[in-house]
Amino acid sequence: MHIKYTGIYMKEQNMATYIIRRILFAILTLIIISIISFVIIQLPPGDTTSIRLQVLQTSGIQVNQEQIDQIRADFGLNKPLYQQYFFWVGNMFRGDFGESFGYNAQVNQILKERIPYSLLLAFLSIIIVYIISIIGGIISALRQHSAFDYSMSVVSFLGLSIPEFLFALVLMYAFFKLFGISMGGFYSQGMRDAAWSLAKLWDLIKHIWAPVIVLSAVSTAFTIRVLRASMLDELRKPYVQVARSKGIPEAKIIFKYPLRVALNPVISTIGYILPTIISSEMIVAYVMDLPTLGPALLNAALTQDMYLVGAIVMILSAITVFGTLVSDLLLVFTDPRIKY
Amino acid sequence: MEKTKNKDKKKYRVSEDMSYGSIILMQFRKHKAAQLGMIVLIILYIMVIFAPFFAPHDPQRRLQVPYMPPMGIHFIDTEGNVQRPFVYGVEMETNKETFRREYVIEPENKYPIKFFIRGDSYKLWGIFESDIHLFGVESDEGLFLPFGSDKLGHDIFSQIIFGGRISLTIGLIGVFIITLIGVVVGGISGYVGGATDNAIQRTIEVIRSIPMIPLWMGLAAALPANWPQFKIFLAVVVIISLFGWTTLARVVRGKFISLREEDFIMAAKVSGSNQFQIITRHMIPNFIGYILVNVTITIPTMILGETTLSFLGLGLRSPTISWGVLLRNAQGLQSISLYPWLLIPGAFVILSVISFNIIGDGLRDAFDPYAVTRR
Repeated sequence: MHIKYTGIYMKEQNMATYIIRRILFAILTLIIISIISFVIIQLPPGDTTSIRLQVLQTSGIQVNQEQIDQIRADFGLNKPLYQQYFFWVGNMFRGDFGESFGYNAQVNQILKERIPYSLLLAFLSIIIVYIISIIGGIISALRQHSAFDYSMSVVSFLGLSIPEFLFALVLMYAFFKLFGISMGGFYSQGMRDAAWSLAKLWDLIKHIWAPVIVLSAVSTAFTIRVLRASMLDELRKPYVQVARSKGIPEAKIIFKYPLRVALNPVISTIGYILPTIISSEMIVAYVMDLPTLGPALLNAALTQDMYLVGAIVMILSAITVFGTLVSDLLLVFTDPRIKY
Repeated sequence: MEKTKNKDKKKYRVSEDMSYGSIILMQFRKHKAAQLGMIVLIILYIMVIFAPFFAPHDPQRRLQVPYMPPMGIHFIDTEGNVQRPFVYGVEMETNKETFRREYVIEPENKYPIKFFIRGDSYKLWGIFESDIHLFGVESDEGLFLPFGSDKLGHDIFSQIIFGGRISLTIGLIGVFIITLIGVVVGGISGYVGGATDNAIQRTIEVIRSIPMIPLWMGLAAALPANWPQFKIFLAVVVIISLFGWTTLARVVRGKFISLREEDFIMAAKVSGSNQFQIITRHMIPNFIGYILVNVTITIPTMILGETTLSFLGLGLRSPTISWGVLLRNAQGLQSISLYPWLLIPGAFVILSVISFNIIGDGLRDAFDPYAVTRR
């Protein structure tokens, strides 16, 4: 009795240390990512004010040395690099990501408009990835070497081999040619600036499915393979045989036991899926003309609007780190066999 | 059914006197799709190596036919006579209703497609001067554009062949960097162990949690616009290979850790081999297969990386030709609905990526040590 109690106690303590360790690691990751983002901001030759000065000068405003020094002081550019880094991080915590020269606006203003759409796209895509790959993976594993299984392998092979932007382009072309629908954007003309209403929501639904399909393609292809493999492993185990010999209905056998075990590696793939979807979103949003973080990052990158670039890289990485952390913590509760 | 299976077994039976290499080769031969992928890639690489010979035109030459659709090859003329392959002449006309340029076929002008024809002069690899092309039509009579032309009248087929030079080599150079870093870092991590191992593994986890494309875009954004194209090319290679080594490093580390405990390594140690000998003579040959598989499946990710960056305008830029640069012409619904043939370079990207992936699959099966006994 006493020993048993200690066992449970040990497990809970291990779990607690694991969770704390996991959170600490996420924070460490964020720190490293912030350093990388800061380095990216600093990479282009010349400091960030020089572009701003150029803009001012080309618009005919004379800038004297005093004003230059003033701007440099505002941005903390006259301090050593490590102090600039802390200056930047400190501002970030206050919600100030600096200024975008390209958009001539506060970076956080641009982020505020675009992050919700990026999150919505990522969220919907992940749901679609899981729905399709769980159904497809189960059928593939149960009907191994069937026509369905082979066609699933071919489709997932293609999914891994087609660059997202090409897939988006081909899909847009096909729908235009076949149905005369021109895809792109989240809303129809005129709906974009309308107030929120059911009609606007319906309009959004009519547009958003296309990018969601493109975004989920690669990850679905990957996840189907993972689930199929782990399901096949599980189905071969003796306990399934025992359950069958006891006369438990086949559906119950599959859904009650092997599926639950086989799903664990799938849940843990979110650490791969989330960065992939966020990455693809950059490109697909650009091709399909969506007002998400992707086109903003691209625009900023092309004009060397480095504060915006750094901020978006930072935000996107933070989203994936947070998502992976949540999935890892979830796994603690869904998989009792996990080792800490 | 049973009979064919036996026959199959006989053909692919492993005998005692077969070497490790020949077993793998035999296993690989079983994978028919991988063989097909191999043939496709060999053809593609031969084409890009001898690009000026296989391309009917100089890819930079502006023919006076913007946005010409792909030209069909005909075997039967309007009178129904079968003859050697030919193309019709075309006349550019402006549609009076849409005011768009249109190309009208002239059935009275037929240009036979000839082989080893004289056309634009070129210097192969900067050494051999020539003007012989594999195929084409007599240059002063008509034009043969199998995949049509782009906005400036460049022959897309020739551009694809020349673009392959960059798109297909970027993977090879990048994979070299990745393999080098992956093996060294993974090897250190697995062999040294302890705190070093821990630090390296945590670093790998950090890298893997960063979404790659935004990071690439951020790094590519920092490239100065006035750099020469060759420098940009190298920078793009470095950017896409900088963080791609983590998968290989993990596999190598795992192999090092499991091999470290093996008896034959202990035997080598006892009989006086030094660490360098143990690693290079006894450990690496044991997982060379995994490295090879990793190399084959990493090349396509590099090809996709270059294509994507160039497509976005962050990588290589025109007049340099790569498949990504070519696809940049196909942006937006407007241009692809009017000129869908601008998407053809994409087919070559997919073809080469699929080929590499299938070969990777075949190699993985071939190197799987259990595969021989299982079948």
